[in-house]
Amino acid sequence: MIIQKEMIAGLFKDLASVKESGKKVVYTFIPGNLSELIRSFDMLPVYPEINALQSGMRKKSGEFIREAERHGHSEDVCTYVKCDVGMMIKGNIGPTGEKLPDPDLLLLSYTGCFTFMKWFETLERLYPGVPVALIQSPYQEDATITPEMTEYMVKQLKEEVIPKMEEVSGQKFDEEKLKGILKLSAEAEDWIVKIFDSTKHRPSPIDAYFAGVYYIGPINIGFRGTQEAVDYYKELYKEVQERIAKGLGPITPEGVMKEEKFRLVVEGPPNWTSFREFWKLFYDRGAVIVASSYTKVGGVYDYGFRHDSEHPLETLAEYCMNCYTNLNLPQRINLLEKCITEYHADGYLTNSIKSCNSFAAGQLMMMRELEERLEIPVGFIETDLVDPRYFSYSNIKNRLESFFEMLEQRLLIEQD
Amino acid sequence: MSKYYLGIDLGSTTSKAVIINEKDEIIGRGITNTRANYKVAADIAKLEAIYDARFTLLTQKLEAEIAKKPEFKKYIADTRAVFQYLQFKHRVDRLTEELLKSASTMRTESKDLVVDHIRNIMDKIVPEIRNDFVEGDLATKNEFFRDIVSERYNREVELIDKELFESLLLAYDKSITPVENEMVKYDFEKLVYEALDILDEKYNGLAEESTAGESLGFDVELNLLKGNYKQAEDSLKQHIGDIARQEIHIANMVGTGYGRALLPFPDDCIKSEILCHAFGAHAVFPDTRTVLDIGGQDTKAIQVDSRGLVTSFHMNDRCAAGCGRYLGYIADEFNISLNELGPEALEADRETNICSTCTVFAGAEVRELLNVGEKRSNILAGLHKAIVMRAMSLLARSGGVRNEFTFTGGVARNQAVLKYVGQMVAESYGDDIVMNIHTDSIFMGALGGAMFARRNIEVDLPAKKRKAAKAV
Repeated sequence: MIIQKEMIAGLFKDLASVKESGKKVVYTFIPGNLSELIRSFDMLPVYPEINALQSGMRKKSGEFIREAERHGHSEDVCTYVKCDVGMMIKGNIGPTGEKLPDPDLLLLSYTGCFTFMKWFETLERLYPGVPVALIQSPYQEDATITPEMTEYMVKQLKEEVIPKMEEVSGQKFDEEKLKGILKLSAEAEDWIVKIFDSTKHRPSPIDAYFAGVYYIGPINIGFRGTQEAVDYYKELYKEVQERIAKGLGPITPEGVMKEEKFRLVVEGPPNWTSFREFWKLFYDRGAVIVASSYTKVGGVYDYGFRHDSEHPLETLAEYCMNCYTNLNLPQRINLLEKCITEYHADGYLTNSIKSCNSFAAGQLMMMRELEERLEIPVGFIETDLVDPRYFSYSNIKNRLESFFEMLEQRLLIEQD
Repeated sequence: MSKYYLGIDLGSTTSKAVIINEKDEIIGRGITNTRANYKVAADIAKLEAIYDARFTLLTQKLEAEIAKKPEFKKYIADTRAVFQYLQFKHRVDRLTEELLKSASTMRTESKDLVVDHIRNIMDKIVPEIRNDFVEGDLATKNEFFRDIVSERYNREVELIDKELFESLLLAYDKSITPVENEMVKYDFEKLVYEALDILDEKYNGLAEESTAGESLGFDVELNLLKGNYKQAEDSLKQHIGDIARQEIHIANMVGTGYGRALLPFPDDCIKSEILCHAFGAHAVFPDTRTVLDIGGQDTKAIQVDSRGLVTSFHMNDRCAAGCGRYLGYIADEFNISLNELGPEALEADRETNICSTCTVFAGAEVRELLNVGEKRSNILAGLHKAIVMRAMSLLARSGGVRNEFTFTGGVARNQAVLKYVGQMVAESYGDDIVMNIHTDSIFMGALGGAMFARRNIEVDLPAKKRKAAKAV
């Protein structure tokens, strides 16, 4: 945790001092992020999504969203967008209290979420004259990545993204440098898979959702492909191993979780505005999340995908197309089924997001299908990403309590 | 000694209590309106359930005799009615006190006039209510104290000088809540003997009237009774005394409903209403697979397996437009009572299309429709249909309707809602779906709670039993 905080603080410090360092800044998205490519041009990434969720956790999002609504964004627009736009209008003060630098390039990696396009159109208007590079990942409609799809992606990288990055950064594309970075990415990815796989143990040594979002932090905010990230995950893995050896459950904000009563798989992002309260509703009842789809938005490594330094552009293409939100619904169901079975989940919970279409669409169908296939008890709650108006504590609590009691009753009757 | 189990369902609109025996049979029901003081609401429901249980035990005890002598049944029913009146009387006297107190502290010039009017109103309505209880059928109508008094008080206020309107209603609003929130414990035995005395008077009167040659009409039981009430009284008095003194031993209890966290019960005696409703519904109709519960402020669609265990559930989010409160709001809009809504909606020749998914907006829609001359019953039918459509969408989200389908909750008492639920379930899921409604539908949550209490889940479950057996 300390290492992670230092890494993030370091990044924001770098961002705050771009004027002095002359480094260029790229605004981009988490799903299908081209961190390695950005890094190979010595540029710094800014992730508006991360800023929005950080604002949510710092109780600032409500104000930003209202600001964006004053500027004409409707109530139904994605609250990440509104929070981000509101923050920019209000001076773009980042999570550390320092002003975030303006973008030198808007890299629109368009992966599974249609709103991304509109979001960056808005940013383009906020920062007139900033070049936009668009890379569109074909949706895995037929649950497969064809050679043509990869070819199409590589073409976009070669003809659109790389030339624009060269122009903005003033550096030539250096394939060897990229290869080196990708090697480190693959290494970090190996560790991550091992860490998230540790939930197989009873008690699970980690919570793969509430704590999981912290664990994926470093690779999702631009540290993929760095030695720092590799070191961080090695260290984390060591810690997880120690917990397993000692038979310890996951860490919560109030210390080690005492008794593991329920093992859950959760679909959908967490709520950020009441993150702690939300988490507490789970650990107070002894519920640990053994896998979640949300920790896979920045990359799905479950089926063996690792960045392949031998084929740098192709691997970037494949990475983008493999993101969770770019999988079709049957693929998502299969992935969740694998998680439920391998990590021995007692229940499956959907957190539907009021303002997020790319997550909410299909959630009910997926839940029904899993319920039928695995005869697993399912639960459904609804919150929002960063709009505090859509987190009704008592309603969520009531539904979760009912869900846990339902699991409890079932476990009591089924255990031998 | 027999053991009994209590379930309390503290809902947003009404609080229900159910007492069951060791065979899961309901022997006592109590219901009251939920008020600011949850504990009082729960206690009143519980006390009512205990009184009800005593009368049930009495009826069970005398089953053979009642079968032979129908006048006994009538006598017991009358005793209950008067007993209810006496409980009511206690509270209404307190209300009169409060009313006079709050009127006398008013800072208006017409204070004395208000006091006089309150006296007159109460002098008029209290005997009227007494008559409705003792001679009429008010006791069987399941009306709450607040409703009984409010209806008549408001009626009287309407007749008085408009200038005093505000003061009279203000005094009432100020007084009714504290009175309602007061917990009164009655001595059952004392009250029941008082009831017998009142009945004595009643039948004496009747006997005299009848000797005067007047016909009392068609009530066979009453006719049987009026001649020999003394005999009935003599044979029943002893039993009533026994039942009154019998201890109703509540071995365990479980609280549920949205206010459950406020009940002073230990943690393991609090259960979510989802489980309780499902368990109750499943106990009454063992083939139930889907349960729809429409309560005051939430609607739940619950799927259960063959053991009555919940497999998934869905609840309405954000808006109560599909719930009982919506009906309450509509009743207020139309200035009619909740009980009149359903019957009037059934008189409709068509359902006006109400698009509203919002309770408050529906009010505006209703006014507009009335404005353009739409028939009231048609609008009401449309509103009922709108509620059911919300419930159907929730059912669909929860996985649809599986056979059998059981409808519970307070709203299941509304005939118009029943009609549309039946229609729409058949349309979407086929004619062959069995739909269960029970007269106790509103008590399902409390029943489930009582059943959980009896099972004392920790020790009584099959798995635990097996474990215990192994240990031995």
